[in-house]
Amino acid sequence: MSKTYDYVPEPALVKGNHDFSSINSLITDINLRPTPKGWYIAFGLSNILLFVLLFSTGYLIWEGTGIWGLNQPVGWGWAIVNFVWWVGIGHAGTLISAILFLFRQDWRTAINRFAEAMTIFAVMCAGIFPAIHVGRIWVIYWVFPIPNSMVMWPNFNSPLLWDVFAVSTYFTVSLLFWYVGLVPDFATLRDRIKSKYGKMIYGVAALGWRGSNRHWWNYEKAYMILAGLATPLVLSVHTIVSFDFAVSIIPGWHTTIFPPYFVAGAVFSGFAMVLTLMIICRKIYGLEEIMTDDHIEKMNLIILVTGSMVGFAYLMEFFIAWYSQVEYEKAIFIIRATGPYAWAYWIMISCNVLSPQFFWSKKLRRNVTFTFIISIVVNIGMWFERFVITVSSLSTDYLPSSWGYFSPTIWDILTYVGTFGLFFTFFLLFLRFMPMVAVAEIKGAMPQADPHNYDPETSDYSPQEIEIPEPNKESV
Amino acid sequence: MSTETSENKLYGILAEVRNPKELIDIARTVNKNGYKKYDTFSPFPIHGINKAMSLQKSKLGWIVLVHGLIGLTGALSMIYFMMVYDYPLNISGKSLMNVPAWIPVTFELTILLSAFGTVFGMFFLNGLPKLNHPLFNSENFKKATNDGFFICIEADDPQFEPEKVHHLLLVAGATNIEEIHDDA
Repeated sequence: MSKTYDYVPEPALVKGNHDFSSINSLITDINLRPTPKGWYIAFGLSNILLFVLLFSTGYLIWEGTGIWGLNQPVGWGWAIVNFVWWVGIGHAGTLISAILFLFRQDWRTAINRFAEAMTIFAVMCAGIFPAIHVGRIWVIYWVFPIPNSMVMWPNFNSPLLWDVFAVSTYFTVSLLFWYVGLVPDFATLRDRIKSKYGKMIYGVAALGWRGSNRHWWNYEKAYMILAGLATPLVLSVHTIVSFDFAVSIIPGWHTTIFPPYFVAGAVFSGFAMVLTLMIICRKIYGLEEIMTDDHIEKMNLIILVTGSMVGFAYLMEFFIAWYSQVEYEKAIFIIRATGPYAWAYWIMISCNVLSPQFFWSKKLRRNVTFTFIISIVVNIGMWFERFVITVSSLSTDYLPSSWGYFSPTIWDILTYVGTFGLFFTFFLLFLRFMPMVAVAEIKGAMPQADPHNYDPETSDYSPQEIEIPEPNKESV
Repeated sequence: MSTETSENKLYGILAEVRNPKELIDIARTVNKNGYKKYDTFSPFPIHGINKAMSLQKSKLGWIVLVHGLIGLTGALSMIYFMMVYDYPLNISGKSLMNVPAWIPVTFELTILLSAFGTVFGMFFLNGLPKLNHPLFNSENFKKATNDGFFICIEADDPQFEPEKVHHLLLVAGATNIEEIHDDA
């Protein structure tokens, strides 16, 4: 037994020689210093796109859903594709803030705040589509169980209604979770900002938080319960979104693999989106010491895992279609790969299944530019996945005589592009006015926060020596 | 802001320590000396301070449980009322009590109500929002959300005597000891 063991210590979560105060300044100075010029430019561009959204939605409401490329048999087009895509992106935020919290993954503290922000804004973008695709948006309240003049109730047996409850609950709970995390950081800003109005606004937002440990005690409990609630919630939301498809009897939709496969896809695209945003933000705002390359590597591992799960689901779908011996099921999967939408199918396969496989290489996992490119490729792929599922199944269903090809119109495209305006408008406001890293949480994850890392006699900071375990020498 | 005149009622005595470990130590000392109305302040929650301060288990779980049960039973009875009693909808002769199909909405409403219970229950237990507080009169206390660790023994405590408290905190190694007054 001549093998030697190398002890690999856990990489430090915060690089550089930081103490609490310097971390505090590093993050909250971004909110306190004057608005940079680049922010105005980015905000202006986002606003233009936001107006594109408002205009295309306004025209849709004026003219009706006929302006979209929908036809018979493709009655669900980009609106549903975009809805599922945006909602899926949102899932990464909850995964990072809730599931990684339950697994005690402290590295989440660097990214959870803005991943949660991303969740909220992505769900807002998603929510627009089901609302406007109903055609008569002025009666959208019919989806809620509100007494109305028809004395009718919504149908609780319908997956579309489940979706209403799932997405609105998801949005509300994400917002609450985000706000709970923000309260101590608003207090930090309240205590640092000089302007009178800033003090007032942040003071109200902080609800009078003063860092009392009697408060922290309930707060931590609340945080854990919320994480415990958000974890099944996030899984249920994309499960229910997949029920929109799986509970119908359209070939290619009516499959039991949809819920887990949709959830894996959601996490996959969401992490890619977090990476895209994080790589830009940490560069612009100089937060490389908090959002380190180690974070990028860990997130790439999750992309690799979920990407492979998605790839496995594609294979499994194909296998089960053959194994079921249902002619229509078999046909739809062959048509997807070889038929009129084969181009979309192969974009999906190459972006979702092949591109994350590069991350088996540690070098590529830690390469920031490469990660950035893959993160965008993945989101393109995930958009095409939803497109393939939604459109190909509808366009070639049971009767060949009713088959039809779907092409989007300019209004489909403008509405989709416009949602980026909504997303980035809110995201830029968030970056400007709220601490983009959870300051209190990251302080709590630093080694200086652990009372055991202090000398028992002098109470000076002295991190515990890591005892490297001796390898077992006894031969078996 | 702090005008320390004798008309202002004394709220308590605030003292600062250097780091989380010292905060735990001083909290333990104060706790062992029999003080009840005191509190410690830190920019983040400190592992193990609940033992030093003898904090009771948070009651939040019960609040959440009650809310969750309201969500669960509320959702089920709402759906039952709407789908079976008030407007029965015959869908190809299937049973009106289609409970499996009600699970998603029931689940979501249970989670929603529990989350409301968690967040508002937490703020309720903490007595927040409370936008003003005597401690905010201290300029030094602003560090509590940055890198400062504080302990405050309140004047309401039955065994509060300013000199004794002052002495106790000083001996325990605290600095920046100051009296906090209500403004009034």
